[in-house]
Amino acid sequence: MTHRDDIGARYGMWLFLYTEIMLFSGLFVLYAGYYYQYTSYFIEGGKEMDLFIGTLNTAILIISSFMVATSVAAMKRGSKKTVLILLGIAILLGFVFLFNKYLEWSHKFGEGIFPGSDTLINGPHGRIIFFGLYFTLTGLHALHVTVGIIALTVCVIFTKKGAISAERVTILDNVGLYWHLVDLIWIFLFPLFYLIL
Amino acid sequence: MTSNENTHLQSYRELILVVIALLALTGLTVMVSRLDLGRLRVAVSLSIAAVKAGLVLLFFMHMKDSGRLIAVTFLATVLTVTILITFIFLDLPYR
Repeated sequence: MTHRDDIGARYGMWLFLYTEIMLFSGLFVLYAGYYYQYTSYFIEGGKEMDLFIGTLNTAILIISSFMVATSVAAMKRGSKKTVLILLGIAILLGFVFLFNKYLEWSHKFGEGIFPGSDTLINGPHGRIIFFGLYFTLTGLHALHVTVGIIALTVCVIFTKKGAISAERVTILDNVGLYWHLVDLIWIFLFPLFYLIL
Repeated sequence: MTSNENTHLQSYRELILVVIALLALTGLTVMVSRLDLGRLRVAVSLSIAAVKAGLVLLFFMHMKDSGRLIAVTFLATVLTVTILITFIFLDLPYR
């Protein structure tokens, strides 16, 4: 039997998650600093966000996270079929999230708002900063959602092949942790951009 | 040598209650953001977000039964971020 260290693998995963937390925290601090400097522009920029899509996407990620957490619990009980269904729903919801993001961004692009656009560059500095942060943070987050979808898909394949099973949950557990972190980051992004802090 | 532990079985009921709480808090934070709270708005929104984050960490990410090492190192990460924010805001207003 090959060497296995489930606890070590979990520590390793958390260590990686800490680096992710620091990556996003750096940008959150940047947001806080600029919010302090350009409060009125941030409030105005926030009003241009689509609150409905933002709230919908928050709910989508929370439910998707729930599906993955439940799939881990189901796997420990050995119900493989349930795991595959739950992971399938979680992946689907991930795609819906990205599709909504696409609608949102293309709507903004249509209004001439995108990094380096004439509308932004000729406008006030605070507005450039707000939308710069918006595209950077939601873009980086969407990248994480994409990676999460790929990782969840790998879990589906591994579960089908039996590489993930009731006795070997670690991979699914760790991918779950990643997916929850992506959800966690969105929980903070949501009020920063949509609820106009 | 394998250190393999299959921690306790998490009940579905617990997970369902958590997801309901998370969705309710999302609704609450949206409603509260429509009220005119003035300067309190930032504090209220971030507090609700922190509660939601706590629920995700404790129940979805199993922080409550992952052992002390993960809890301590996680808090160290949060402390690092807090120091970062604190010192930036000690400096920023006096420029």
